[in-house]
Amino acid sequence: MVDESFLKRKSIQIRKDLLEMIYNAGTGHTGSSLSNTDILTALYYGVMRIDPENSNWQDRDRYVQSKGHAVESYWTVLADKGFFPKDELKTFSQFGSKLIGHPNNKMPGVEMNTGALGHGLSISVGMALGAKKDGKSYRVFTLMGDGEQAEGSIWEAAMAASHYKLDNLIGIIDRNNLQITGSTRDVMNNEPLDEKWKSFGWEVIEVDGNDVVELVEVLNNAPYKTDKPTLILANTVKGKGVSLAENVVGWHHKVPSEEEYKQAMDELTERLEVLK
Amino acid sequence: MNNIALKSRSGNKVANRKVISDTLLDLAKENSDIYVLTSDSRGSASMVQFGNELPEQLIEVGIAEQNLVGISAGLASVGKKPFVASPACFLSMRSIEQIKVDVAYSNSNVKLIGISGGVSYGALGMSHHSVQDLAVTRAIPGLHVMMPADRHETKKMIEALIDYDTPAYVRIGRNPVEDSYLNEDYDFEIGKAVEMNQGNDITIIASGETVRVALDTACALKDSDINCRVLNMHTIKPLDEVAIIKAAKETGKIITLEEHSIYGGLGAAVSEVVSQNHPVPMKIIGIPDEPAITGKTPEVFKHYGINAENISNIAKEMIHHN
Repeated sequence: MVDESFLKRKSIQIRKDLLEMIYNAGTGHTGSSLSNTDILTALYYGVMRIDPENSNWQDRDRYVQSKGHAVESYWTVLADKGFFPKDELKTFSQFGSKLIGHPNNKMPGVEMNTGALGHGLSISVGMALGAKKDGKSYRVFTLMGDGEQAEGSIWEAAMAASHYKLDNLIGIIDRNNLQITGSTRDVMNNEPLDEKWKSFGWEVIEVDGNDVVELVEVLNNAPYKTDKPTLILANTVKGKGVSLAENVVGWHHKVPSEEEYKQAMDELTERLEVLK
Repeated sequence: MNNIALKSRSGNKVANRKVISDTLLDLAKENSDIYVLTSDSRGSASMVQFGNELPEQLIEVGIAEQNLVGISAGLASVGKKPFVASPACFLSMRSIEQIKVDVAYSNSNVKLIGISGGVSYGALGMSHHSVQDLAVTRAIPGLHVMMPADRHETKKMIEALIDYDTPAYVRIGRNPVEDSYLNEDYDFEIGKAVEMNQGNDITIIASGETVRVALDTACALKDSDINCRVLNMHTIKPLDEVAIIKAAKETGKIITLEEHSIYGGLGAAVSEVVSQNHPVPMKIIGIPDEPAITGKTPEVFKHYGINAENISNIAKEMIHHN
């Protein structure tokens, strides 16, 4: 059984750690990382079979972060899980650091270099196909953005995943309805996403993407249909957990001021106290 | 080396794509990690027999080149050895970002086979010609760029790439190619040019199907008592700088030949080395900066002066002016 309280506290602690990292580095995708923090917390603490001591374990579940820019939550989670020392978070985005502003597979725990949007699902199809060919039982999880759904290559991969009956592939869309320019519906309307993915042969499950407990349950139950890939439509709030950043377009890639940082940390600390 | 087909032996023509397919089929029967991926291109890649004999090891991706390369990178990351066979024009352009990020930057052991490269799609026009591929792939760090001259070299190259973990782009043509070698009884080394003919009066450096033209030119020049060194630069990246500098020092003049734009390809690569190490007069022969004229490869080559007659004249002029 998952420890609900542990998961909730963990998702808040990760938020604090990533905010500290962004604040110290003076750069980062604050809103995007807060949006997907619960998804990453669910995957790494309640769902995926991984071994930080043996990051290249052949039977590990795979995670590919197609929306590579929301890397701060990813780095923070990997460090917290012990893939590399937490001290390395201090080098984030500094000159010559391996902890760059996008996933970098020079770091243990990262499968592939991503950041150019629309690539992750194709890579994941290859991994899932490889698992099927080898008769292995590992699953492949891919996190995409909702703005990213405008990339045509995603739909090439979506078609291939159902063609090859990859029920070991779980796509997750961090649907926070915002992208760098504004509302995703205004920039390039991609709705109805559920019908689109269904029509591409995927089993679609909609969840509250900021409810870490629900996410663990839903992700652990995948696949939902034999021979069909699963698409988790995770409804999220961009900037979740920091009220001044929630649902504000400008926080996509904004760094908090000293005052904002203090306010955000106080808010998260208070929430953590309540959960103790 | 004594296995060079210095004189043209017309009649011995085999398409390199057929050689790649046969070679991979033999190797894949013994190694189930070898996969061929196609983008509705198994016919044009001569991979039908491979697919019939090893259906589990041929993955059809459909007409979706970005997905083709991304899937290959994913397969490589879980330990497979994917060989991607897709028209060079699409593979090197449509999916170049996947090649850059998913393959080269992520260091995925993917071998990209650009089929029907250069002007070998002939009458189909610029959309299907691929004369910019060396320029784009050459600029990507972590990616080897290669072009075999004939069937013998193609076989040696594929065999060498099987257990070689660096990602690579291999460009071949569509049509049967005349031999430049007599057999496969020689050592092939990735990144090391082959001196196909000795000579100290001038050097011709060529890759792929233009190696045959370079050999024909050397034969023609021999009749005028000119000894022309011929370097077969089958690996365009990493480039054999030692052989180029040696040629510049020992022959003092260099002509490059390529089935590619005169911008950014073999000629550019050689001149980058020559100009910074031992500057000597150079001529870069290739496709000019225009949509290439349509026609059969020999017709197109002749139109742009990629033939023994024209290049012999250029060589003589360069020697005369010296």
